[in-house]
Amino acid sequence: MSAIFERIREALASRAGEVSVAHGVLVLQVAPGAVLEVAGALKEDFRFDLFLDVTAVDWLPREPRFEVVWHFYSTMHKLRVRVKARVAEAEPVVGSLTGLYGSAHFMERECHEMYGIVFSGNADLRPILLYEGFKGHPLRKDYPKEREQPLVPYREGYEMPGGE
Amino acid sequence: MSSRTIPIRPETQKSAAFEYIATRKDELIGWARKFSLFPYPFVTACCGMEFMSVSSTPYDTDRFGAALPRFTPRQSDLLMVVGTITHKQAPVLLKVWEQMCEPKWVLAFGVCATSGGFYNNYAAVQGIDRILPVDVYVPGCPPRPEMVIDGIMKLQDKIANQQHLIVNDRF
Repeated sequence: MSAIFERIREALASRAGEVSVAHGVLVLQVAPGAVLEVAGALKEDFRFDLFLDVTAVDWLPREPRFEVVWHFYSTMHKLRVRVKARVAEAEPVVGSLTGLYGSAHFMERECHEMYGIVFSGNADLRPILLYEGFKGHPLRKDYPKEREQPLVPYREGYEMPGGE
Repeated sequence: MSSRTIPIRPETQKSAAFEYIATRKDELIGWARKFSLFPYPFVTACCGMEFMSVSSTPYDTDRFGAALPRFTPRQSDLLMVVGTITHKQAPVLLKVWEQMCEPKWVLAFGVCATSGGFYNNYAAVQGIDRILPVDVYVPGCPPRPEMVIDGIMKLQDKIANQQHLIVNDRF
C-alpha cells in the first residue's frame, strides 16, 4: 500500500502541498490551479482510472471558505486518493475534470448547484437535482434551512414563503 | 373542490314520492361509491413497500373495494400520495390530480405526504395539503397497514355522508 503512495508523494512533491495518509487514503492538499495537473498525473502515471466523486465542504467562518474534494480509485492498485483544494467565496473557481473523466460532467453539475463552485471548462452547469429558477445554493451553511421555493402556488391559507 | 360544485335547489315543488327518493339518493350513491374506490398510487418513496403490503393478501384492501389500482388518473377516483413529495415533483402531482375526474378524493399516505415528516429542508413540500385538498391523512413512518385500512374506512364514512351530485340541478 505505502509503496505506491511513496511513489506518488515523490512524483507530485513539487505540485502537491501537504501530503498525508488518513484511514488508508492518500490525501493531497493542492492549490486550486494545480488540480488538473495532479488529477492528470494520477490518471496517466498511477492508473487511478475511476473517478468516484467531487463535492465540497463549507467551512463558513474560515477563510478560504470552501474546500473542494475529489476522490479517485485505482482498480489496478485497489487504492483511493483524495485531492483537496481550498477556494474563496469571492472566486469559487476550480478546473473541470471533464476532459479526463466523462463521469465528472454530472458530479460537477451537482456540486455547482449545491455549493456554487464553478468548474471552468464544464460548459453544461445546468441544475441536475434542483430545478430551473432555484435561487441560492442549498448546502451552503448560510442557506436558511426552512426557506421554500415552490414551483406551484400554495392553496389559500398556506403562506407562500419568500423566495429570496 | 366543494367550492366549485353547485348546491341542488329544485325550483319547482315535486311530488312527495320524488322528494323522498331525492333525500335518499345521496345515501344510495354514497353506498355504491364507497365500495368502488379506484386508487391511483402516486408512489415516490419507501411508503410504497407498505402500500404493497396493505394491498396484498394478509391485509387486502379489496375487502373495501379499493384494491384495483388504475395507472391512469382518468380512470381513478382516489389519489393515494405515498411518500415524500419534493418541490420538483409538485407540478407533476398537481397535474395528476387535475386530470382525475370528479368525484375524487385524496389520501395522504405516510408522514411525509401529510406534513413533510422530518424532511424540513429546501427540497421537500411540507405536506401535500399545501398544493391540493386532502380528505384523509394517514401519518406514520411508514403507517401500519391497520392505520391505512382505518384511513380507508374513514374515507368510506366520509363518502357515505357526502352529497353526490350526479345528474344535474333538476334531480
